Amino acid sequence: MDATNSTTHDSSPESGGGAEISGAEIRLENITKRYPGQKSAAVDGLNLTIPAGEIVMFVGPSGCGKTTSLKMINRLIEPTSGTIHIGNDDISQQSADELRRHVGYVIQGGSLFPHMTVARNIAIVPKLLGWDSDRVSKRVDELLDMVNLDPSRYRDRYPRELSGGQQQRVGVARGLAADPPVVLMDEPFGAVDPITRQRLQDELLSIQRTLRKTIVCVTHDIDEAIKLGDRILILQEGAQVAQYDTPENVLASPSNEFVSDFVGSGSSLKQLSLARVSELDIRQATTGRIGEPAKEAMDRARSAGDDSLVIVDDRDRPTAWVWLRQVKGDTLHEGDRESLHTLDNRATLNDALDTMLTSTHGGAVVTGDNDRYLGVVDFTAVVEHMSVMQTAAQERQEAEVPAESNPEDDHDPDAPMDDRESSDA
Amino acid sequence: MPDLVPAAIKDRVDTDDDTPGGTRETVLMAVSIPIIVLVGFGLYAWWHATADLDSVETSALGWSGVWLAMWEHIKLTLVAAVLVVVVGLPLGIMLTRPGFKRAAPAVVGVANAGQSAPSIGLIVLLAMWLGSGFWTAIWALGLYALLPVLRNVIVGLQGVEPTLVEAGRGLGLSNFDVLRRIELPLALPVIMSGIRTALVLLVGTAALATFINGGGLGGIISAGINLYRYSVMVSGAVLVALLALLIEWLGRVLELLTRPKGI
Repeated sequence: MDATNSTTHDSSPESGGGAEISGAEIRLENITKRYPGQKSAAVDGLNLTIPAGEIVMFVGPSGCGKTTSLKMINRLIEPTSGTIHIGNDDISQQSADELRRHVGYVIQGGSLFPHMTVARNIAIVPKLLGWDSDRVSKRVDELLDMVNLDPSRYRDRYPRELSGGQQQRVGVARGLAADPPVVLMDEPFGAVDPITRQRLQDELLSIQRTLRKTIVCVTHDIDEAIKLGDRILILQEGAQVAQYDTPENVLASPSNEFVSDFVGSGSSLKQLSLARVSELDIRQATTGRIGEPAKEAMDRARSAGDDSLVIVDDRDRPTAWVWLRQVKGDTLHEGDRESLHTLDNRATLNDALDTMLTSTHGGAVVTGDNDRYLGVVDFTAVVEHMSVMQTAAQERQEAEVPAESNPEDDHDPDAPMDDRESSDA
Repeated sequence: MPDLVPAAIKDRVDTDDDTPGGTRETVLMAVSIPIIVLVGFGLYAWWHATADLDSVETSALGWSGVWLAMWEHIKLTLVAAVLVVVVGLPLGIMLTRPGFKRAAPAVVGVANAGQSAPSIGLIVLLAMWLGSGFWTAIWALGLYALLPVLRNVIVGLQGVEPTLVEAGRGLGLSNFDVLRRIELPLALPVIMSGIRTALVLLVGTAALATFINGGGLGGIISAGINLYRYSVMVSGAVLVALLALLIEWLGRVLELLTRPKGI
């Protein structure tokens, strides 16, 4: 139940890019929330330390108190007892409105205000903080760019003119608007279709790589928790901590039956959610730039033995993946950008398989920071990597047999579990 | 809202010219009513100019008298409407705030009673208590028309999605800012339709004000009855009907103008 001790001395998992941490630590001490007229407390004596700059996922069955715990961090719900610190500040000592202006809040479906344009929705908190209008509009454009929405196209639209995924992107931008050190997310991607959800998750990870905020995210989807979380907090009824650990450790050694039930069977399949595309053998396919003479590009592809061509724009972002026989005209065209489903190199192998299944090439185009083209991956690469992982896991299990007799122990935080993080391309 | 259509497909759906049905009806009304009123009034003026009127009819339907009655009628309607909004809006807001929520059914009940009482009875009873005249008529009309405004303010505010209110609070807006910048704008279409309903009720009921010396077009109708002049009575009725249409139109236009963009 007391998850603080096992983690305070823990160093945060290195998140590749090495960007400076802009987040703040959050400490919940002995937090209890009791609703009048209810026998048992919704949250009963929760102790938790959320390290600065990490994504911590709250998961658990419905009614376990995960959302209540989240909302106590921005005081939408006031705890009955206990204290919460953000950085060194006791949040009960500041005004709730003032606190919330410095804690980002992202809600399912975006919860955009329908009578305000995208720009006004995003500008709410900066305006409350008294930024001048120049700074606000610059920030709005910057944020729209960050969540991959073209500012000139979307700034003045109303929410109902956006798709669900776009609304959610704006919701994320609104939560990040005033550059808060802490961002709270309440089932942020629960209302979008699976393909869009995967994209949004990838985008969040890529944003987090540069921002290094402290993000607390509630989800009921264990796969999402495994994919996004630096740490996962699994809660039982009354917000009792069942396990608080890295995704690797939660999968490899669930602390009790509740956790292993919750994580579910097929945990070797779940391992697919741990491995990232960046660990795969990424193949360099022939690329051509928009506007380039088609013949040159096709000659290049043929001499490299390729029968297809990835078309990129002037910012190196892939726009289409075409078979050579599909290339028409003298110069290369942008193609149908919307129908190209790219994979972020932080996407999981699970996502990769999903994306490949919808592709006629039996593979997927991989992108890195700022959607820049990195290469392509195919089924063989995934299968090969899986067999490597399988062998490694078996070897590890054999080596760990003696230690396995005491699974309730705190896991050694220095265990080399962070392999998914260490090989960022 | 479950969203099963991939974003890539939905992106291409052009939603710019998607007008909700209610708005379309309002646009249609806003255009057609002035035409109907103009034609109707033109026909009346033509009849008035060409008909063979006796001396009683001529004096009862003299233009100066008609304009005065019309003006009194408009004054009754608009003053009562303003009063109703000034009372109904804050009252409705108050009854949706946490502390007073429980009083809402009781207050709506009282307003309901005000409306279900026959309007003529309400007017006469108030006149016995307050004396007759313009302001008594205003009180009676106001009581009568409070309900639609109050009810629509409450329903409109209750209809604002709680997640949006919580989102506003979560972003650091104060309670007052959430009300002013989120709840009221989102409830405005419902509130405005309550105000329009009130206006239409008022313009019809104001015809009864004449019985307590409140003035208005009702005077022409009752004169027609008292003088056994069918033409005078019908003239009064036609003028009230035209004015009611005009007020309905005003309400529709107000609804259109105040509807926030994006919803």
